[in-house]
Amino acid sequence: MRTLAEPILKVEGLHAGYDGIPVVFGVSLEVMPGELVAIVGANGAGKTTTMRTICGLTRPLQGRIVFAGTDISGLPAHRILKLGISYVPEGRRLFAKLSVEKNLALGAYAEKAPAEIRRRQEEVLEIFPLLRERARQTAETLSGGEQQMLAIARGLMSRPRLLMLDEMSLGLMPSLAEKMMETVVAVNRAGATVLLVEQMVQETLEIAHRGYVIQNGRIVQSGAARDLLDSETVRKAYLGM
Amino acid sequence: METLIQVLIDGLLSGMVYALVAAGLCIIWGVMDVINFAHGEYLMVGMYVSYWLGFLAHVDPLVSVLASGAFVFLLGALTYKLIIRYTIRRPGLVALLATFGLAMFLKNLCMNRFSPNFRILSDTWLGGKTFLVGSLILPVPQLAAGILSLVTIGLLYALINGTRFGWAVQATAMDREAAELMGINTERIYVLIFGIGGACVGFAGGIMPSYLAVHPEVGSMFGLIAFVCVAMGGFGSIPGAFLAGLLVGIVEALAGFYIAPVFKYIAVFGLYLAVVFLRPKGIFGW
Repeated sequence: MRTLAEPILKVEGLHAGYDGIPVVFGVSLEVMPGELVAIVGANGAGKTTTMRTICGLTRPLQGRIVFAGTDISGLPAHRILKLGISYVPEGRRLFAKLSVEKNLALGAYAEKAPAEIRRRQEEVLEIFPLLRERARQTAETLSGGEQQMLAIARGLMSRPRLLMLDEMSLGLMPSLAEKMMETVVAVNRAGATVLLVEQMVQETLEIAHRGYVIQNGRIVQSGAARDLLDSETVRKAYLGM
Repeated sequence: METLIQVLIDGLLSGMVYALVAAGLCIIWGVMDVINFAHGEYLMVGMYVSYWLGFLAHVDPLVSVLASGAFVFLLGALTYKLIIRYTIRRPGLVALLATFGLAMFLKNLCMNRFSPNFRILSDTWLGGKTFLVGSLILPVPQLAAGILSLVTIGLLYALINGTRFGWAVQATAMDREAAELMGINTERIYVLIFGIGGACVGFAGGIMPSYLAVHPEVGSMFGLIAFVCVAMGGFGSIPGAFLAGLLVGIVEALAGFYIAPVFKYIAVFGLYLAVVFLRPKGIFGW
């Protein structure tokens, strides 16, 4: 019998790295439509490299990445975006000298119709009302939390089928980080599939459906987020319990 | 007093052309951090295109401008595709030396094909015409070149600041990877920007045979002045390059007239030294 849902993203035996030197060794993972999946692990474990390779910024050395039935391994990032993957990178990478509005408009660069772009902008401003007041300010004048909101908002402007968020809590004070988590849950409930990379293991696994634990470039454990939270290894290695 | 105004007018008119040549260099520099050493030679190629169209087919430089712009656009795009693309992730010196090589190649190719002779296009529509305002003399060919430069710079500025394509160019300049993540084909932006930078200098070169002799060395000094303008205006700033172009034109004319023609470039480069000494990032630099 055919399963009801095919994974929207399927990564098989991915080796990836920089200048031909791998830092990710044979990572395999799956994301089902509508899921919120977390990749957790320590700094330098290969989380960001995995994300960069999925979205096309880094070429895979080996392995296959299939998105919505299309093999996207090695495609340039701008084509992968058009297929429906939006990656909000670590460090936000906003266009610092451009206004909030222009940053958002660029998020929808693949869409040509001005009316549609405006509609999407209204939508994301509903989620992040604070950005509305800042629309004409340049991105560099925003606070850290506002910048992170803008980064996520910009990532949503392409109406992605899969939203990938990398270390969005980094550099934010805990209350703001928590608020970001809530926003991600809201975005996911609204229908977006989310793949999340985080160092805040506990908080992330609390909101995710499923999780993968990555260590030294390899997936060492995976399963329902609840089970991972209860697992001995995770508790010892990441939660200090 | 009238002499001074006349000198200022002459300076402004040549300054506008410098500004256009500089704007082309500036946009390439600003977007991809590549110093195109062959920029002056692009101008020379644009002039030859216009010259030969005029000489062989009796097309006036005013019309040939379009052909020169298109030709140098293609030359720029090809330069990116065949040379710059392979240097972009290497140290900055690699691209610089590669374009220096291209400059030598273009110059010597023209020397070999067209001889080092100075070639003058006669019987152009504007050639030798002047326009009198009171006792002031406005040379029509230079006036046309100045207006063309102003219009082109205005269009370039509007393109970069007022269109989605322009925002994408700015985004690519600020963070190429992040631009890719927005769905911007940054490779295409690079090709187009090299082309557009070429087209600017192509336009300038296209109209110049109305009043200037064409020879293989003609671009070198313009290229050098364009560097000065871009560095003085602040790397990547089109208004900066524009202002610096005008300034250079005026200083050159003043020094040439009131001191001696041989001193005009000493004044220009002296000004450059003074500006970068006081404001190392240029007038509009950040």
